[in-house]
Amino acid sequence: MINNILEIAYLIASVTFVIGLKMMSNPKSARKGNLIAAGGMLIAIVGTIFLYQNEHVVTSREPIKMGLIFFGIGLGTVIGWMTAKKVQMTKMPELVSMFNGMGGACAAMIGLMEFQHNVGNTGPQIAVILGMIIGSVSFSGSVVAFLKLNGTMAKPIRLPSYNILNTIILIGVLAYGGYMIFSGTDNSILLYVLFAAALFYGIMFVIPIGGADMPVVISLLNSFTGLAAAFGGFLYGNKVMLTGGILVGSAGTLLTIVMCKAMNRPLWNVIFGAFGESNVAAGSSTMTGSIKDITISDAATLLNYSKKVIIVPGYGLAVAQAQHVIHELENILEERGVEVKYAIHPVAGRMPGHMNVLLAESNVDYGKLVEMEEINPEFSSTDVVLVVGANDVVNPAAKTDPSSPIYGMPILDVENAQHILVNKRSMNAGYAGIENELFYNPKTSMLFGDAKNVLTKLVAEIKSM
Amino acid sequence: MEAILGFLGSNIEIFYFVILSIFVGIEVIGRVPTVLHTPLMSGANAIHGVVVVGAIIVMLDVEPTNYGALALGFIAVVLGTLNVVGGFVVTDRMLDMFKKKK
Repeated sequence: MINNILEIAYLIASVTFVIGLKMMSNPKSARKGNLIAAGGMLIAIVGTIFLYQNEHVVTSREPIKMGLIFFGIGLGTVIGWMTAKKVQMTKMPELVSMFNGMGGACAAMIGLMEFQHNVGNTGPQIAVILGMIIGSVSFSGSVVAFLKLNGTMAKPIRLPSYNILNTIILIGVLAYGGYMIFSGTDNSILLYVLFAAALFYGIMFVIPIGGADMPVVISLLNSFTGLAAAFGGFLYGNKVMLTGGILVGSAGTLLTIVMCKAMNRPLWNVIFGAFGESNVAAGSSTMTGSIKDITISDAATLLNYSKKVIIVPGYGLAVAQAQHVIHELENILEERGVEVKYAIHPVAGRMPGHMNVLLAESNVDYGKLVEMEEINPEFSSTDVVLVVGANDVVNPAAKTDPSSPIYGMPILDVENAQHILVNKRSMNAGYAGIENELFYNPKTSMLFGDAKNVLTKLVAEIKSM
Repeated sequence: MEAILGFLGSNIEIFYFVILSIFVGIEVIGRVPTVLHTPLMSGANAIHGVVVVGAIIVMLDVEPTNYGALALGFIAVVLGTLNVVGGFVVTDRMLDMFKKKK
């Protein structure tokens, strides 16, 4: 009877996950979808705490166990809630990576604890070992991704022939896991060594991948954690863990592929790496022409007397926290009768949609954010394009230079506009580490400096006109 | 080999379940606009926090005197909850920003 009630609770929760995800793919219903899924999660968790009964061993609810469970949930809720509320919107990708790592670690620990109970029981042990390996890889990989995104570990570290090395480690870990499953060993030390090896593989897996590709990696690790959760569900015959885990596993994989498509790079290329190996030399030698500076007042005049301005925001805008002042610039230009739009490249920022989230935070009208395919034909009728902290997404090399690592990536056709204003902190190459010939274009004028600083001055200058 | 085949056979419903869920997952986010990729990733991230259910099950099944396992289970519950709560709250914050617009 009790078990049936729990099964129904799980069924409801599973359905909320599906409905929630579905609603999250539409801007209008997205928020409600998230809440519905959260409600389902609550049902699943509360149901498990009070109703779960194991058929084989006696499930007991001593005060010490219940106390620890409630204390653990309380602690996790407080920390999770506070971090999620407090963090700046620019740090979003790091945060998602961190939470993902927590889930992976949780799955890994379940594996560590369940191992002894399933010795000699091949089927369940497969789920235990695989869940633990995948969870561990997801955990340590997420931590590295987190460090890379917050700049602690900015440069990709590549050991010689790291691809072969990583493949050998992966095969080693899997073979070791296979041994653990089929030998029927109950040696806990061997298990912890496997745990350590899987953690090590996670680090090695992410470390050679450049920071620009981190969103793809996080999305991939996200689906890994889903898979690890699904193995947990398999182990316990727990339907809600199965649905939740597999949904995320498959949806996450699809999302990863969609992201790669936006960058026009196959997934294997992201994982096995092409960025930063042969490109730097290729770019710099072919650059001709000179860089032209522009003063703030000239730039202000240019913007003030144009009819149509398109702003191209990039990660530099996010780093400088300039999303509010750019909205101010947009407002003042609109007051002067200038039409202002934002061109959003699918991979602007550090995650697809990251720019939209940021600009939405500073109350930019949703309708002014125009996606690449729609805005590209408009550049030819635009007076001024203002590129703020973006680089690779406006690099013409993606169209013209087959040797460029970003060759083939769809870009914003900013060079079709009358004037191009580029705000950059310095002449350093973009995230992909390649030169940008746009800056040498005769139509381009450079506004060097911190985005927030420059834009604030620009707003002040236009106001005084 | 026999063990594996036997295992597959006796759990065949689960395999149906798994395969159909994979298709549901793909279908459900099939036509999501780029704008929503980040919130969607974050929402999916929260959903795999369902792994916390497993952590709770481990805790409930463990001997109340096995302090090592209790400690490990406790940490797992904390981590899983972090994933769930943090994930949903941060997704809500992101989506809240979209909602303010007309």
